[in-house]
Amino acid sequence: MTLLSVKNLRVTFETETGPVQAVRGVSFSLGRERLGIVGESGSGKTMTGRAVLRLIRPPGRIEADEMRFDGMDLMAASESQMRALRGQRIAMVMQDPKYSLNPVMTVGQQLTEGLRQRDRLGKADAVTRALAALQAVQIRDPERVMAAYPHELSGGMGQRVMIAMMLIPEPDLLIADEPTSALDVTVQAEVLSILDGLVRDRGMGLIFISHDLRLVARFCDRVLVMYKGRVVEELAASDLMAAQHPYTRGLLNCLPRIGGSRAPLPGLDRNADWAV
Amino acid sequence: MPLIEVENLSVTYTAKGRDVRAVQEVSLSVAQGESYGLVGESGSGKSTILRAICGLAPVSGGTIRIGGAEVPTPRGKTFSSRVQMVFQDPYASLHPRHTIDSILSEPLAIHGIGDSDAHVRRALSDVGLPANFRFRYPHQLSGGQRQRVAIARALMLAPPILLLDEPTSALDASVQAEVLNLLNRLRAERNLTFLMVSHDLAVIDHMCDRVLVMQHGRAVEELTRDALAHAEMTTAYARSLFDASADRMLGAL
Repeated sequence: MTLLSVKNLRVTFETETGPVQAVRGVSFSLGRERLGIVGESGSGKTMTGRAVLRLIRPPGRIEADEMRFDGMDLMAASESQMRALRGQRIAMVMQDPKYSLNPVMTVGQQLTEGLRQRDRLGKADAVTRALAALQAVQIRDPERVMAAYPHELSGGMGQRVMIAMMLIPEPDLLIADEPTSALDVTVQAEVLSILDGLVRDRGMGLIFISHDLRLVARFCDRVLVMYKGRVVEELAASDLMAAQHPYTRGLLNCLPRIGGSRAPLPGLDRNADWAV
Repeated sequence: MPLIEVENLSVTYTAKGRDVRAVQEVSLSVAQGESYGLVGESGSGKSTILRAICGLAPVSGGTIRIGGAEVPTPRGKTFSSRVQMVFQDPYASLHPRHTIDSILSEPLAIHGIGDSDAHVRRALSDVGLPANFRFRYPHQLSGGQRQRVAIARALMLAPPILLLDEPTSALDASVQAEVLNLLNRLRAERNLTFLMVSHDLAVIDHMCDRVLVMQHGRAVEELTRDALAHAEMTTAYARSLFDASADRMLGAL
């Protein structure tokens, strides 16, 4: 079943020097599966994720031939319909917990705010739900974390708090924008297995945005490779090592390997025909 | 004689009336021209060791020697002309209201080195940035370009030792490759000694001759590059770190 289908999505920003297209004709569809979007900074992967939630501020513009979520036309939806969708049915985990959590509210206040306002839960119920959410993302000492301010948490903890916050309303689709790039490998593996469990157990759809191609290959079912606002290659994650496109190959080869050669790492050739 | 010697170093902070033992009795030594890696999860104390060497973290026990002589407190100009640090986050480590020119010429002014104009121009070309970047501000540069500026700044006083604190973890994979290549080239050209911190075992393996695995502020195991490549670690923690490396997993597919 298709949860989300996007056809010919374009995101344009008006600048002093004329319009700049950050996303140029991206099409994909997503079922209850894990889709990876990979590319460098500036490739338009984050903008694609935000455009699905219509979170692009003017003067930015979103255009698409079609953008449907679970039968609903996202392009035609009113602002209040979108508000009902955001968080409740489509949630997004932002990249950096340092900038995405409110620095002057404790984690507990932030986690329960939505439950109290939106779901009209009483204080005690909201706290119980929030504690359960923190436990679900493997936080060992949830009471302490609830009382802490974001600056008192490490990057890995902050990232898990954000994931917990997004999962409280049990969304159907989670857009995770570089959810693990601030974490070290061991914590990264934990966060990924949390996300993996949610996709499996709850049948959630996941869009996983990352610049780390190998990580995405390991974790996702399908991968879109983006460059300069276009999808240059779409392939099953298991076929990634057999990728044909020179950009995909470049991204694969520029990572050092344990036990690899110490020759200079190959850079990306940005002058080829496909890069235009 | 090793160039950097750290013996039984301990660092203890007081946070909320409670002692936090960030580093506990860690010893390491790095020879002239060698590249030495520190690896571990966040909070394992690896960055704190670099900060303690620079005098940015309180040393509560042990000794730090550079070139055989114990480092003075405060560190002073002689120290800063021999040891410089490159920080993790190029978005936070450059002054947002200083031009690249003033960022790069400040160490020269402090140390009374003349002809800053020529020095700055050479420093920019050494790290592969065009000369007209001098009059830009950090926000006009990409992350990789900023990290190049931070490396150029660290090299302004031509120090023999660079302390690298996760120099590429804030960068894209393709930009990371460029910065790692730059660091390796500079090390070969200038015979630099690196003490490098990273949580990415593959990066450490690419850059370093020996690596110290750390956990909870303690040294767990020291490995040579060969031992790492052949997975000859003896402790469970070093092995779990090795197994968690993304590269390793993909190889198993």
